[in-house]
Amino acid sequence: MTIGTIEAVGPELVRGRGGGGPASTRTVVAYGFWIFILSDITMFSALFAAYAVLSGRTAGGPTAGELINLSHVFLETMCLLVSSYTCGLGALSAERRQRDRFLAFAALTFMLGAAFLFIEIWDFAAMVRMGAGPSRSAFLSAFFALVGMHGAHVTSGLVWLVYMAAQAAAKGLRPRVLRRLLCFSLFWHALDIVWVGVLTLVYLIGAR
Amino acid sequence: MLGKLSWAAIPLAQPLPLYAMGVVGIVILAVLGVVTRNGWWPYLWREWLTSVDHKRIGVMYMALALVMLLRGFSDAIMMRSQQAIAVGGAQGYLPPDHYDQIFSAHGTIMIFFVAMPFVVGLMNFVVPLQLGVRDVAFPVLNSVSFWLTASGALLVNASLVIGNFARTGWMGYPPLSELAYSPDVGVDYYLWPLQISGVGTLFAGINMVTTILKLRAPGMTYFRMPVFCWSALTSSILMVVAFPILTATFAMLLLDRYLGMHFFTNDGGGNVMMYVNLFWAWGHPEVYILILPAFGVFSEVIATFSGKPLFSYRSMVLALLAICVLSFMVWLHHFFTMGAGADVNAFFGIMSMIIGVPTGVKVFNWLFTLFRGRVVYRTPVLFAIGFMVTFVIGGMTGVLLAVPPVDFVLHNSVFLVAHFHNVIIGGVLFGAFAGYNYWFPKAFGFTLDERWGKASFWCWLTGFYLAFMPLYALGLKGMTRRLQHIADPGWQPWLLVAELGAIVIFCGILCQVAQLYVSIRTWKDRRDPTGDPWNGRTLEWATSSPPPAYNFAVLPKVETIDAFWDMKRKGLGAAEPAYEAIEMPRNSPIGFVIAFFAVAAGFSLIWQIWWLVILGLLAIVGVVLVFGWSEDREREITAEEMARKERARRQEQARWRPGQAT
Repeated sequence: MTIGTIEAVGPELVRGRGGGGPASTRTVVAYGFWIFILSDITMFSALFAAYAVLSGRTAGGPTAGELINLSHVFLETMCLLVSSYTCGLGALSAERRQRDRFLAFAALTFMLGAAFLFIEIWDFAAMVRMGAGPSRSAFLSAFFALVGMHGAHVTSGLVWLVYMAAQAAAKGLRPRVLRRLLCFSLFWHALDIVWVGVLTLVYLIGAR
Repeated sequence: MLGKLSWAAIPLAQPLPLYAMGVVGIVILAVLGVVTRNGWWPYLWREWLTSVDHKRIGVMYMALALVMLLRGFSDAIMMRSQQAIAVGGAQGYLPPDHYDQIFSAHGTIMIFFVAMPFVVGLMNFVVPLQLGVRDVAFPVLNSVSFWLTASGALLVNASLVIGNFARTGWMGYPPLSELAYSPDVGVDYYLWPLQISGVGTLFAGINMVTTILKLRAPGMTYFRMPVFCWSALTSSILMVVAFPILTATFAMLLLDRYLGMHFFTNDGGGNVMMYVNLFWAWGHPEVYILILPAFGVFSEVIATFSGKPLFSYRSMVLALLAICVLSFMVWLHHFFTMGAGADVNAFFGIMSMIIGVPTGVKVFNWLFTLFRGRVVYRTPVLFAIGFMVTFVIGGMTGVLLAVPPVDFVLHNSVFLVAHFHNVIIGGVLFGAFAGYNYWFPKAFGFTLDERWGKASFWCWLTGFYLAFMPLYALGLKGMTRRLQHIADPGWQPWLLVAELGAIVIFCGILCQVAQLYVSIRTWKDRRDPTGDPWNGRTLEWATSSPPPAYNFAVLPKVETIDAFWDMKRKGLGAAEPAYEAIEMPRNSPIGFVIAFFAVAAGFSLIWQIWWLVILGLLAIVGVVLVFGWSEDREREITAEEMARKERARRQEQARWRPGQAT
């Protein structure tokens, strides 16, 4: 898609009224991905709503307070927040075309994300072993669906990160790779925002 | 090895669907045979199946919608016949189990695979042309969206011959749709196809929002966009924000059914009404996803055929935006009888009435556009005027239903059925037909036959009134929806009139088939070499019909609303512009391939053939990763090539449009 000429329509139309012609590919891709993230947040909001409705419906089974291990959750949170920081540093190196630095930060981000997932799966497995699996009660169904959906997003984020690192290594930081890295960063940071919601609504309120 | 699938899945005890599918199968084989014999496969594959051109994809969406309309309508006429016959001592010809599948399939297909593809197809075809650009923001994703929708349609129809469909109604309310009460694959045949096509719809919405907000011809400020683009924008925003709620809700029901969870079960602490709330938190915006583009079509059609600018463009846009926001604040009126209490019901009742205000603004704007216009009564205008009368009646019965005490009396009666058919047929479907008649010449370069078109309009209009006005009366008499057998013989006369209405609508469909057939047979006589058969106002009429793949050799410069009208008035575009090289996306089979594996994965999820599920899903991921690695996705059209093509096109056009070739 070519970019329309601006001078032909006059600068007064460019500012704020959207008369400047088609946007650049980079803008279009990032904008589209923002809209996707918006839709993803809506999907999470449905799961949050379900959790809010069902969090007290334990059907005689364990409650949130009995199951939550806040020290694990603290570790998880730290892994994820720090991974966002390293992801940001990686994005900056990519913008400066420093490929090796980018790959190093990508590896760090991957390890932190994987550590987060490891703790989460560890906790899930322990819960299932003690008979607090997702089919035990409506509360646990909602818990596993909400937290598990976030975990599934982190998993796909990790797959994506490996793929992007491979592309950066094989093809270099060319514009198409950079555009996708921009989307990946948006995705990874959005997962943090969702996690802050999970942390508050599920863990901090649940552990009270 | 094959999960729940066995020979018992073929419904030999209910031969009716088998016969139907036999006939459909023969037709499909005949079509495939003709395509093979004439050697059209390479053309089909190259120009259509793998096309990423928004115009081709839009046409395919609408073709899918028209084919599925036939399926959904055959369900409808079967239900009407059953209700007309099975009164008093008679049992009719459809057993309850089969009848329940038919009304569920009818609703599911008409909403998801007729109305949705029709409006998405119209948006796809028209919006980039009206914005004066060359394609949507993400052309390949657009193809993926279409093929995922088609996969869902295929899977729903597979339930006719392999297994059965849900008996839950098209909303799939639990606890009936839970495993305890619907243990076979029926509900799964409802859920998985809608999950697959829902992903397609979400992508289509994202694509459309990005296109409209980020890709417009130079000079096209927000308040110079055609109203159809505004309606597409609001509808697409609703798709992006509403469809994920449906996806999450269905996912929860699937978790209940497949993994024994307790979101909506009676036991284990589940909450049934949460499903109903979440479903309509999607479902009410969905109503506006469908109707807003229809409003956009009517705005274009009425302005064009009145030869006047649309009355009060700004209030039209503001009304669209107001409806877009308000549509999220009325969902509880679908179940006032839940018992949320007088305060909650009063709030939602009042909100539902308020949403009638911007809609009323639009109706008056259309009327004032027609007022003192030189109205040319072509088929699209007839549909638009028929819509205004019909939709106002439907809107008023809607406001009536928004009064909670009235709703307690009429809830789930055929009064409600009459109301929503009143707005969906009179609104969405008439809009789709108006758009189909209006933009057909743009897509194919020749106009549709007027006589058959007008005949189809009159059949649809009278058929609609005959079919649904009796249901208002019956609803007031207390007839509930979804009855397989009618106990009160006093209702039969009304039901016979409704049956007659369905037959008249069928005549309308036959007229449409005849219209298409006759128009194709005589296409040479009805060619439109000007590209502007209706004396249009917006940019899609500036290019030739059918438009070249790149739509516009040089992006038009927009200076006002109704940009093309302005250009014609000023005589712009006669001088040949300087051509530049452009890049267009290459065709891609990825949409078709992903859909193939999505069908495999969806089918095996329904039947719990787990190895095939894993294979299908891994294949989809693999295809995406391989595609993501590929480079060289654009092909360049050089300035010389462009000049050669354009000169030929301009010469042809100039012969018919002196002084204003583009």
